[in-house]
Amino acid sequence: MLFGLILLLLTLAGCLLFAFPPVWFPPSITAEALAWDGQFRRTLWICGAIFVCAQLLIGWTVLRGRSRRGAGAGSHGHRGLEAGWISVTALLFLSLAVAGSRGWARGSTGLAGKEVIDVYAHQFAWTFRYAGPDGIFGHTATEFINDSGGNPAGLDPADPAARDDITAANLRIPAGRDVLLRLHSRDVIHDFFVRELRTKQDIVPGMEIPLELHVDKPGTYEIACAELCGLGHSQMRSLLIVLPAAEYERWKQERWKQEPRQ
Amino acid sequence: MEAKWSLSRLFTTDHRAIARLYFFLSLGAVLLGMALSLVMRFHLVRPDAQVGWFAALWPVGASGGVMTPELYLSLLTLHGTIMVFFVLTLAPLSAFGNLVLPEQLGARSMAFPKLNALSFWITFASFLVLLASCAVAGGGPLSGWTAYPPLSAVGAIAGPGEGAGQTLWFVSIGLFCAGAMLTSINVISTVLDCRGPGMTLMRMPLTCWNWFATAVLSLLSFPVLLAAGMLILLDRLGGTSFFLPAGMLIGDEKMAHAGGSPLLWQHLFWFFGHPEVYIAILPGMGIVSHILATFARKPVFGYRAMVSASFAISFLGMLVWGHHMFISGLSPYSAIAFSLLTMAIGAPSAVKTFNWIATAWNGRLRLTTAMLFALGFVSIFVTGGLSGLFLGQPEIDAYFHDTYFVVAHFHLIMGIAALFGIFAATFYWFPILFGRLLNERLGKVHFYLTFIGAYATFGPMHFAGFAGNPRRYADFTTFDFLQPVLPLQKWITHAAYFLAASQLVFLWNLVWSICRGERAAGNVWESTSLEWCGPNESTAVHCGPYEFNGATEGRDYRMQNEA
Repeated sequence: MLFGLILLLLTLAGCLLFAFPPVWFPPSITAEALAWDGQFRRTLWICGAIFVCAQLLIGWTVLRGRSRRGAGAGSHGHRGLEAGWISVTALLFLSLAVAGSRGWARGSTGLAGKEVIDVYAHQFAWTFRYAGPDGIFGHTATEFINDSGGNPAGLDPADPAARDDITAANLRIPAGRDVLLRLHSRDVIHDFFVRELRTKQDIVPGMEIPLELHVDKPGTYEIACAELCGLGHSQMRSLLIVLPAAEYERWKQERWKQEPRQ
Repeated sequence: MEAKWSLSRLFTTDHRAIARLYFFLSLGAVLLGMALSLVMRFHLVRPDAQVGWFAALWPVGASGGVMTPELYLSLLTLHGTIMVFFVLTLAPLSAFGNLVLPEQLGARSMAFPKLNALSFWITFASFLVLLASCAVAGGGPLSGWTAYPPLSAVGAIAGPGEGAGQTLWFVSIGLFCAGAMLTSINVISTVLDCRGPGMTLMRMPLTCWNWFATAVLSLLSFPVLLAAGMLILLDRLGGTSFFLPAGMLIGDEKMAHAGGSPLLWQHLFWFFGHPEVYIAILPGMGIVSHILATFARKPVFGYRAMVSASFAISFLGMLVWGHHMFISGLSPYSAIAFSLLTMAIGAPSAVKTFNWIATAWNGRLRLTTAMLFALGFVSIFVTGGLSGLFLGQPEIDAYFHDTYFVVAHFHLIMGIAALFGIFAATFYWFPILFGRLLNERLGKVHFYLTFIGAYATFGPMHFAGFAGNPRRYADFTTFDFLQPVLPLQKWITHAAYFLAASQLVFLWNLVWSICRGERAAGNVWESTSLEWCGPNESTAVHCGPYEFNGATEGRDYRMQNEA
């Protein structure tokens, strides 16, 4: 009796939590993030229905079992029933997997027309690099890295193409344009996580991992590291600042003027 | 059990005595792991609090009484390591497998009694080395139980605790792997070679089937972790570069390593790590099937399907390690394959769930504490399994990965569900462990408090994941978006206190019942399996394990050795 009752109450509490959630997702800011929300909702409805049915079934089984006296002899099994529930669940779960993979399998569309920005993560800060007016990313190398000297990306002072590159501690991107982030780490594994993009990507030393995004609406969002990277992990914060395209270009111009490299 | 201890008793080769040693080792481990979680939960919601005894206990990590992030992360690492290895691996298989597997099979002992004792003492040494890893200069390692390189592979420059502490951690895990491999060889040999007369494979209780499947998984996965651990120790101490790429600059130090791959560790680790989840939960599945049948007074529904499902889960479980790596930089195409295989595990898991419910359906239920924990297991297994349907989709995982949604998921499915299996086993086999019964009234109070406490702690935790709250953060002070989540985190902390306090009821019950509990004689639960028959009875088997059809006169069950 008590078990059935408590299970019922717990199930009810679970449903109430979803009806009146204490916290929820932030708004989505890309088409992919909106698609994510849709797939999440589908999965939530399916899992929610299974959750409620299964818990009620367990509770009901116990309530029934307690109230009956001298129930009939037990069955050793039923092939048909078992074949039924394995096919139904397998079909349901696999179609969920197929539906879930649609948003994932989008291939890369190449570099053309994209605003390319290099992302450098290190213990425990972020650096973002933009190509200068020449549109070329200059040479970088580990030996040139000098955090206190203002060169966290390791720009090669001998390379003219590197002299006009901009580095910044926050990530500014233009609204309404395709952006390609190239993720780099120089020390341990970090992770680029922006909740409003509904995605995250590990940043692995020795690899350059691309991340494409297209945000239409200007705004400011927090970038969090989401892979344990050491004692400063929970402080590894930066901002994603989506600017109107014209303002973005103006910002870049100003930074070029500010930062003439010798 | 007499309270007389002697050296020869300690270095016993008797499987039940070894089972008791494992039982107490994992009991000590779970208490320590739980205490760590409480300290961590406290710190998360009150990161600036000055606590006198923190400073006394950790003069470096908490000087002045305020816990540093590196101390928090080392406690997190220790908590995960203790719980996964020394609780969830040892208690279900090594403790309860040793306790009843031989008798259930009609064997007198494990196949290799001396090897069995050796496994225990290697495991015990591994535990001591793990504790030592937190007592060396620099403190305990802070790279989590997954120990991803480069953080875990480059030494103290990556952070305090990454020096000697991390080295000892790998040594401890290596020893544990050796112990686990020996145990699994023993279990497999016992099941295949030592069954008594009449005990065909398809007459084995489902407990034995699941211990067998678990042992096979252990034998296939622990050697991989052992090898990976050896390689990373070579990277740390021998200057090799298995997991370390070229061009690394850590702090201000340029690394001489070149040519290795951090992702290689993740492949090797999760090739072990995912089967490990099933190593923790499969024995619980067997125990739950056994207990549900016994206390519903009904045969297990679909015995063959249950056996097949265990092996289907084990087989698929070996092929899905990539779902831990969806966002690791792995090829996005391989993620689709790992995703389909992962979602496919849902099917045999659902068969298990349906068959458990069908076993209890229409039964004359005896709601003993063991039965309540078995029913609770089914409920928690469903809940924890369903969040797996979110995480199994690469796209959905990309948001939830490394958030509290994942923490909630694996604590329910791997932690709480397996613990419910362990509690059910403890109540059910306590007469065999200590010759007495646990107190049923205290047991039920403990069950209900634990059941409510587990849901109250880990249910709301999913919502922290919805808000994108990353896991393994030592505090939630830096990010604006985490501030609205703090009230929820406070709730979780209080629910965790409640859950932990509920365990005091169990501890009291345990201590009291070992000393004063009602003495148990014979087949107390009216079970059918051979561990319950008297010392002089024949163990020749004449029927399957779950004959609850009322065929025997005056009784509703038939023991396996009854002609």
